[in-house]
Amino acid sequence: MASAKDRQGKERVIKAFFFGTAFISVVVLALIMLFLFMEGLPTFRFISPGHFLFGSDWYPTDENPDFGIFPLLMGSVTVTALSSLIAIPLGIMTAIYLAEIATPRVREVIKPMVELLASLPSVVIGFFGMVVVAPFLQNVLDIPVGLNLFNAALMLAFMSVPTITSVSEDAIHSVPRELREASLALGATQFETIAKVVIPASLSGISTAVILGMSRAIGETMVVLMVAGGAALVPGSIFDPIRPMPSSIAAEMAEAPFRSQHYYALFAIAIVLFLMTFLFNLAADYISNKHKQVGAATL
Amino acid sequence: MNTGQNIIAGMPMTNKLEARTPTVSAGRKPTPSHSFIKGRTLLQHIFFGMFRGAVVINALALAIIVGFLLWYGFPALSWTFISSPPTDSMTKGGILPCIVGTVLLSLGAMFVAMPLGVSAAIYLHEYARPGKMLRIIRLGVNNLAGVPSVVFGLFGLALFVTWMGLGVSILSGSLTLGFLILPVIIGTAEEALRSVPQTYREASLGLGATKWQTISKVVLPAALPGMLTGAILSLSRAAGETAAIMFTAAVFFTPVMPKSIFSDVMALPYHIYVLATAGTNIELTRPLQYGTSLVLIFLVLGMNLVAIVLRAKLRRKMG
Repeated sequence: MASAKDRQGKERVIKAFFFGTAFISVVVLALIMLFLFMEGLPTFRFISPGHFLFGSDWYPTDENPDFGIFPLLMGSVTVTALSSLIAIPLGIMTAIYLAEIATPRVREVIKPMVELLASLPSVVIGFFGMVVVAPFLQNVLDIPVGLNLFNAALMLAFMSVPTITSVSEDAIHSVPRELREASLALGATQFETIAKVVIPASLSGISTAVILGMSRAIGETMVVLMVAGGAALVPGSIFDPIRPMPSSIAAEMAEAPFRSQHYYALFAIAIVLFLMTFLFNLAADYISNKHKQVGAATL
Repeated sequence: MNTGQNIIAGMPMTNKLEARTPTVSAGRKPTPSHSFIKGRTLLQHIFFGMFRGAVVINALALAIIVGFLLWYGFPALSWTFISSPPTDSMTKGGILPCIVGTVLLSLGAMFVAMPLGVSAAIYLHEYARPGKMLRIIRLGVNNLAGVPSVVFGLFGLALFVTWMGLGVSILSGSLTLGFLILPVIIGTAEEALRSVPQTYREASLGLGATKWQTISKVVLPAALPGMLTGAILSLSRAAGETAAIMFTAAVFFTPVMPKSIFSDVMALPYHIYVLATAGTNIELTRPLQYGTSLVLIFLVLGMNLVAIVLRAKLRRKMG
């Protein structure tokens, strides 16, 4: 039989092994940053960061190429903003229904439904937007192109709704029961309890949900690649075609010669995209840690 | 449910609404505040209607997308479609190489991510103590989950395809997809560990087992079904992923079946994208596009349904 000392040593090795595997996520994240910067930073040898971010001409394959990503940036920002306008109310209202109103039986049907919506591959949603929504918009609204900002925002909204719903629902669920009971006992209606007690108490969780949903929308690729129209212009109306950052990367990477200016510029766009989602996620993490609901007393 | 059963003592819970707005059911005779109370319940009706409406919109979206694909995709399905490669510059024939490619890529991703994810979850749930290190790891996992798939694609291109020289191959694609689904696996494996009652661990440790013996012989077997559910979910996530494989594994068209893990492959999601946007004849190949989408949806939604049913059974068993 092994001595106690051997056993302790073995336990320590095992623990170290598991720690190593857990740390791999951090390593991969660091590697992603490293390789993005390695392949993206050379961009700033031929173009200044200011011109890159705020230049209004994206002509990567022109004889005199220009690499201003402002139209792409605005494409991403507008499509994310518009899709959030649709997805935030829809997602939060669904979460409230699931957590506060639905009977357990109804919940058991609706919850898997939301999960199935989340599991639809983005390429299928993009395909749907292309062949169904685009012609529909074109006919009904009498606009020249159906592949546009509005269509992409609509499709993106249904991709971020499940994220917003499930994270918000968890937050609403974690509101202590005593708070609801106190409110109801004071004569508030169920709706008043939800609006004035439950929602304020779960606001930090709901904010996290909204941020994660937006982060998902800004990084989503296939939908904007197939549905947004692809014009590298700052949109003037919601029915203008746009070219958000992910779609530019996905569409042009295959044609950009290896380690050409174009190649470096696409990696530089990926840096911008990565930093944006990184900040979103840090903010979500910060909010959910800062205002963690730990009991009835913290309200 | 969580709102509690007998909140107002002595009130029989016949109707949810009635019980929670006692003033309405009790206040038969008109009082000065009657219209005020009516307004409050009216407000509740309006808002609850809106909440229900939101759910209906989501359900409709899912139903319309799936229904539409079934309607147009079903006629395109046939045995030849499933079992033969594309022919005539991808305007005819089937999708067999795409199915094979997608299955290989997702299994490869699982092979990479499952052992890593499960061990990481074991550390996070069984070993880690609250502190700075744990915060950093959690931050890493959460942020990895938020990295856009196209950025994963570029990362895979730069690291696996170029720097490590693996080329556009099943291996590069599996590694990229593996790291993409790693956070999902960690999350579900941790949940599975959390569902194992603490008393199991205490009983084992109390009998003199070491921590590792407890984990390997008591905790893991109990958590295994839950981990399996997570595995199925992430398998379906990997199968539907497009942007991460378009520079690392998938190609437009390849006439031969993959020979080794260094071969490039066709994949269902990429095939849909190619046919719908850059095919030889986009309008002519619509039936192929619908058919391919339907096959992908069958795969992905099928796996998800299996996972959901499995999880529901588990939760009932665990109480």
